[in-house]
Amino acid sequence: MSATADLRSHAEALAGPLPPLLAAAEHLASGLLLGEHGRRRAGMGDEFWQFRPAQPGDEARSIDWRRSAQSDSHFVREKEWQAAQSVLFWVDGAASMRFASDKGLPEKAERARVLALALAVLLVRGGERIGLTSMSNPPRSGEVQLLRVATALADDDDAADYGAPNVRGMLPHSRAVFLSDFMGDLAPVEAALTRAADRGVHGALVQVLDPAEEAFPYDGRTIFESVGGSLSHETQKAGDLRSRYLERLAARKAALRDLARNTGWQYHCHLTDHSAANALLWLFHATEHSV
Amino acid sequence: MLTLGPLGFTAPWLLLGLIVLPILWLLLRAVPPAPIRRRFPGVALLLGLQDEDNEADKTPWWLLLLRMLAVAAVIIGFAGPVLNPQDRVPGDGPLLILADGTWADARDWPRRVDRIEAALAEAARDGRTVAIALLSDPPTGELSFQGSEVWDSRLAGLRPQPWSPNGETLTQWADGWGDTNFETLWISDGLEAAWRADFLSRLEERGPVTVFESPRQVLGLRPARFEDGVIVTSALRAAPGPAGDVTVTAHGSDPGGTERTLAQATLNFEDGATVAEVALSLPPELRNRITRFELSGVRSAGAVSLTDDALRRREVALIAGRQDREGLELLSPTHYLEQALIPTADLIDGTMEEILLANPDVIVLADVANVADPDPLIDWVDKGGMLLRFAGPRVAASDISRGEEDPLMPVRLRSGGRTVGGAMSWGEPKALRSFAEGSPFFGLPLPGDVTVSAQVMAQPDPTLADRVIASLADGTPLVTRKRIGDGQVVLFHVTANAEWSTLPLSGLFVAMLERLAVSTRPSAPTADDLAGTTWVPDSVLDGFGAVQDAGNLSGVAGEVLADGQPGPDLIPGLYAGDDRRIALNVVAAGTELAANSWPSRIIVEGLDVLRETHLKGVLLAAALALLALDVIASLWLAGRLTRSRAGRVTATLIAGILALGVMGEVQAQTADDDFALSATAEVVLAHVLTGDTRLDDTARAGMQGLSDVLWRRTSIEPSEPIGVNLENDEIAFFPFLYWPVSPDQPLPSAEAYGRLNAYLRSGGMILFDTRDADVAGFGAASANGRKLQQLARPLDIPPLEPIPADHVLTRTFYLLQDFPGRHASRDVWVEAAPPDAEQVEGMPFRNLNDNVTPVVIGGNDWAAAWAVSANGSAMFPVGRGFAGERQREVAFRFGVNLLMHVLTGNYKSDQVHVPALLDRLGQ
Repeated sequence: MSATADLRSHAEALAGPLPPLLAAAEHLASGLLLGEHGRRRAGMGDEFWQFRPAQPGDEARSIDWRRSAQSDSHFVREKEWQAAQSVLFWVDGAASMRFASDKGLPEKAERARVLALALAVLLVRGGERIGLTSMSNPPRSGEVQLLRVATALADDDDAADYGAPNVRGMLPHSRAVFLSDFMGDLAPVEAALTRAADRGVHGALVQVLDPAEEAFPYDGRTIFESVGGSLSHETQKAGDLRSRYLERLAARKAALRDLARNTGWQYHCHLTDHSAANALLWLFHATEHSV
Repeated sequence: MLTLGPLGFTAPWLLLGLIVLPILWLLLRAVPPAPIRRRFPGVALLLGLQDEDNEADKTPWWLLLLRMLAVAAVIIGFAGPVLNPQDRVPGDGPLLILADGTWADARDWPRRVDRIEAALAEAARDGRTVAIALLSDPPTGELSFQGSEVWDSRLAGLRPQPWSPNGETLTQWADGWGDTNFETLWISDGLEAAWRADFLSRLEERGPVTVFESPRQVLGLRPARFEDGVIVTSALRAAPGPAGDVTVTAHGSDPGGTERTLAQATLNFEDGATVAEVALSLPPELRNRITRFELSGVRSAGAVSLTDDALRRREVALIAGRQDREGLELLSPTHYLEQALIPTADLIDGTMEEILLANPDVIVLADVANVADPDPLIDWVDKGGMLLRFAGPRVAASDISRGEEDPLMPVRLRSGGRTVGGAMSWGEPKALRSFAEGSPFFGLPLPGDVTVSAQVMAQPDPTLADRVIASLADGTPLVTRKRIGDGQVVLFHVTANAEWSTLPLSGLFVAMLERLAVSTRPSAPTADDLAGTTWVPDSVLDGFGAVQDAGNLSGVAGEVLADGQPGPDLIPGLYAGDDRRIALNVVAAGTELAANSWPSRIIVEGLDVLRETHLKGVLLAAALALLALDVIASLWLAGRLTRSRAGRVTATLIAGILALGVMGEVQAQTADDDFALSATAEVVLAHVLTGDTRLDDTARAGMQGLSDVLWRRTSIEPSEPIGVNLENDEIAFFPFLYWPVSPDQPLPSAEAYGRLNAYLRSGGMILFDTRDADVAGFGAASANGRKLQQLARPLDIPPLEPIPADHVLTRTFYLLQDFPGRHASRDVWVEAAPPDAEQVEGMPFRNLNDNVTPVVIGGNDWAAAWAVSANGSAMFPVGRGFAGERQREVAFRFGVNLLMHVLTGNYKSDQVHVPALLDRLGQ
């Protein structure tokens, strides 16, 4: 077996999940509006925005002579400002995300990746630059970057039980989207958000939860184990724990929401048995709003 | 044994195990159910939560109860519970075991022997001495009480007898018992009998009596009888019971002499009735062959009824010399014969030739002097026929048997005869002399009013005295007889009507005919009927109803036989007399069966005894079932019983229970049967699977195409072709195998070759196709040809030759001279004609082999030419243009001819002879 063939088989295995992930993401993204969207003010861009009378200080070459010839004053042609924004994604790839309570439900990680990638697709179509916090190179625009992101997402399996956001690659004043179940320790999240807020990064927190995590439909003597196996908890009667678990879950959601509000982020909780399109819509609006 | 009400325990100490149950209760309560391990990311939120209620994790009470019940069932089950346990009280003193030992016992004789064995074993345990006696065959002398082990060895020799005990014999036996006292166990057959009460009291004088009776119904079959032309059989049962059916079968030998069931009928006992009757209407030929009736499934002499002459209706042909006196019936020569014979025989009319063809038992010639062609008649008599002749005016006037004895006359006659007591003669009409010993009529009473007024006279001859079987008071012969071969000629020297004597008017006439076996006995013979005769047993019945050869048993007097009381001296069976046979059956026509009613003081076992029922198995099964329930309940409690899993668990449990209950062997034969059915239900063209998919598909399509053509054009209507795997499939079903040869197909195994050779020998045909005619012609020049040689080497293939122009293949359906497939080569080989086959002058063809050629070998790739696709169009091109299509057509014609040859053989060859045959038939 030659090295090339080895490399190739490896590459093929790597590329395996990509088309479905990308396809799912693009399918999801196709539900939303298409096309670049301007900033609704004059600036650098390709699209015509308005004519305005020339003012002193305008360069002579900026005068639109054709328009000016129709009247006596000079007009300057302004184009819509189409500044591309950088959006960075952090998709939790920890073990806890690889959980689905039912065969018919996607794993949380899968849903999170699809959402992230779908948003990425939309953003790339909107002309924004995208990237992953875990990627070393800066965010870029274009289909190639999309493919890179998809590759990185598909390969992004973390051995740890619970993931912590990575804010290394965050550019100042960029946008960020964190997708995780936020079941682990909140302190790293808090730290990350605080640092992000310090750098002027705003964004959205999407908590992806399995319906079982939301409802806790268990009873009887049970040993609960984390997916990675590092944590376990034994109970004689799981049904009794339900209300207290739900309280804790609600508390955690409230904490996340507060954290998000304090740092200027937005928070959304998404269940894997709900429509992904809704979550994408929310995410899209959230990123658009914050941009 | 511990007894609680109707329950007993064989191992009561095990019941102490029940004490553990409460302890078990506590133990089981303390142990929580096993935890389930679950993956759950939210566990981080659960950390530190404590259970509020520690009680809740314990096993619920109903599950505990279930388990308790299961354990209790196991403990009680192993304690050996018995419902209605039988307590045995040991007896002492000698024990007399009596068995009726009659035919009525025979039906469940092994059970009775078992009971005797059990009694013997019990006596051995108690150290008692035992005597065993069969009432039907009581021992002589004093009772000898011996150790039970002595009797053990003799038990096998006890057999029921085909008769009932005789009261007198029993009384005599009881008188000789001596003065010992003993307890009695009486194994009774349950039939009512007059002697029972008396004998019972004799037994009770000696000690307590216990009676064992089988609750099984005693069935008997009465002798069949004639009623209005049908055979009526009736069965009896001892006790009236619910409605039920019994099947009666008639046994006899078929024309080939093999014993068979000749007829079968169902007897229907109505509710509460003890007699059931059924009428059997059988043709005389069949009826006369019946030797016995049996109740099927009842093994007892009482269920067998032998038949004798009473059931045989003899066929009697009447031929009268003159039929001209119309209207004067009483003067008709045969009127009295007819009257005497109609009730008991089948009469035949007709000419002598017709009658002889019917082969009757008896031919009566009433006043017939000469028979036109005596030889066939003599032959018939020689083979056992009986010719009964009556004299009359014609005989008297003729010159038959005057000078020398006519072969069909027992004696020589004087011409003219004589008349006594008439108006023109002296003397009184003569009376009969009583019958001499040795005469078939011996013992018949002579009515006083029988007189003879005219007769034909016998010539005194040396042989005359031997031949006279009845004579008049003056010594002149009245009836003479001569034996010819197996048959006999009997001459009544008087007329068959009342002209010459009053004999035909008397009952003696009927009795004489019966003794001569001309007619058959209409009812049971009386002692008078049989007086003076001796009867030798021919075959006898044993107690189980099996017919056995009588061997050298001595004969019995007719009076005893007529008495009809079977006993040791008169074993039921078939008794043969002079010319007749009488059956003595266990159950006679008048026998009634009734169940015996024992006095209430007697303990009767076997009828209403509460049977011991062992409950161990039931309880253990219940415990298993409870444990199975427990499995389901535990799973459910633990929350592991999801819907799908519940289904699986229950299915597994049910399957397990079924597998325990039904250890049926699954028949793996259905596939084979299906194959055989599909191969044989219709004509099927088969091709050998070579393992090359493309080749096999082509072959299959070719067979399909040929099948279609055959269906359309000929009366052969094949169904779907079948691919045959030579190793596994049976090829004997197929008339024709197409075997495409490819160089890389595997050689069949030795077994497969064995089957192939058997197939070729038994008329199968294989068409070998090397498919290489365009490159190699036919021969070893190609890989296919060499493979064919390999394939065919172990086969029994006769010498071959290229198809000769006059081979039958050239004309079985179409007239052909070429046999193309996709290739058109003339090299097609078939079995060689015999070396001596030569063309006869004037015949278009040689007379070639008589068989279907076992192989046809060629290389024309016929299957490809025949092959059609699913939509019926040809799969492969043949040749070019119209010529190609013509070649395909000829290929199809070859296929048709080939199949015709396979299915009709050399029929077309023989067609050549049709003109000659028609010519010979004169048409």
